[in-house]
Amino acid sequence: MTTTEKPIPRVDDLSRPFWEAANRGELTLQRCRECGQWRYPPSWGCPNCLSEGTEWAPVSGRGALYSWVVFHRSYHPAFEVPYNVAIVELEEGPRLMSNVVECSLEDLRVGMPLEVTFERVTEEITLPKFRPRTP
Amino acid sequence: MSIQGKTAVVGLGYTAQGRVPGRTALSFYMEASRNALADAGMRASDVDGIIIQPCPTDHSISFGSLAQELGIALRFGADQQAHGASAATIIQHAAMAVHTGLCKSVLCAFADTSQSAPLRGSVIYQRALGTDAAYGLFGVASGYALAARRHMEEYGTTSRQLGAVAVAFRKHAALNPRAQMRQPITIDDHQASRLVVEPLHLLDMCLVSDGGRAFIITSADHARSLRQPPVYILGFGQGHPIDSLLRRPSLTTTGAVQSGRLAFQMAGVSPADIDVALIYDAFTSAVIVQLEDLGFCAKGEGGPFVEDGRLELGGPLPANTSGGLLSDVYLQGWVGPPEAVLQLRKQGGERQVRDAELAVVTGSGGVLSTHGTIILGDKR
Repeated sequence: MTTTEKPIPRVDDLSRPFWEAANRGELTLQRCRECGQWRYPPSWGCPNCLSEGTEWAPVSGRGALYSWVVFHRSYHPAFEVPYNVAIVELEEGPRLMSNVVECSLEDLRVGMPLEVTFERVTEEITLPKFRPRTP
Repeated sequence: MSIQGKTAVVGLGYTAQGRVPGRTALSFYMEASRNALADAGMRASDVDGIIIQPCPTDHSISFGSLAQELGIALRFGADQQAHGASAATIIQHAAMAVHTGLCKSVLCAFADTSQSAPLRGSVIYQRALGTDAAYGLFGVASGYALAARRHMEEYGTTSRQLGAVAVAFRKHAALNPRAQMRQPITIDDHQASRLVVEPLHLLDMCLVSDGGRAFIITSADHARSLRQPPVYILGFGQGHPIDSLLRRPSLTTTGAVQSGRLAFQMAGVSPADIDVALIYDAFTSAVIVQLEDLGFCAKGEGGPFVEDGRLELGGPLPANTSGGLLSDVYLQGWVGPPEAVLQLRKQGGERQVRDAELAVVTGSGGVLSTHGTIILGDKR
């Protein structure tokens, strides 16, 4: 039954480098070749200087919890409630949507230090997730 | 020449609302429009402009569909999508069209059938959110919950304070015969309602409804010859920060800072002058952040501000006197503007704010992404 499988990200030309890197266990983001600004989610141009010159480069994988929610209602049969969805702010600046793992829901706090960890979902898709780290 | 006070809202059109099965969206646009014309004492042929917010459940409807049903040819027409801010931004564009002479009277309308048919609201308002669905992010509520959590962590806002908003608006809905939810609630009821997307409880969240709303904007001079007391458009503004929650600089400060400043400046009044506030309330937390951003209290003080019945009738800032999106009906941003007009006409019945002369109305779309603010008054 496909309905019991979690949705997987749709990979397109713009986001493919992100998912290919995740599959290798690397977190990479777009960085502007002109002004050096990091950005996420992926976009064709730099919203800071409008340059289309972009490179994908590895980031530290370190960040902090920016905000989170706990789903108590199941909107999809593959997700067992309660579970968290979190916004993580990376040291480089950009924020990612993800889950915090290896942490009880009660211990989640804005600002808590996190580091990336990778969870393979399918042959093509590995999801970057975050776990607590000692600062 | 300033547009301040040069245009007015002259007709209000309501419809059956709540769960109204078996109706097409176009029939709600039409019912609301006919009622708005009757309320204003106008014929369809008196209208030469239409702006609609497209219907979430029937994308085939445009301003032209409505004009055709009304049997009128237009000089000005537009479909405008700013989601929950659409009513507040459509008022602005209608006022500008009238003031610049593009047309004389603009019919503004919206309808939704998300409660019944044919594309159920659960599909639209609970949809998977792109790539983020891989992490379990579903539904509009989750974005508001992320913003609410951040506000709680930054400023100490509590769930009971969110509850005070729900309690106040339900109290008002109990006085509104049209409202979907009229049973009074307490803060304990709010706390006991199930968690949906924590920190949001069920009673933090708006309804899903069928129904429509329409109103007519015309010149202040023309308004005085019509059936109802004119309600003047004194000020307006918009503020649309970056849409993505990931790229937006702040989740706790919204475009209402800019839309509010522009609207108050144009009207030449301040928050202290406001008699009744109609704040976009798809979620309780949105009311708190907008009150801060509009300048009713300092940033971070919205939680304490809404306590002690401050937003209730008889309190210092009666807000969402129809019950709002939380308890009256969810028709995106189209619930506040008609209620403001009703209050300024002194037609609020049991829920009338005494001596209401000046109202602020807000609309907000996406997840606090688009913002429109309107200042309305009973005098120019």
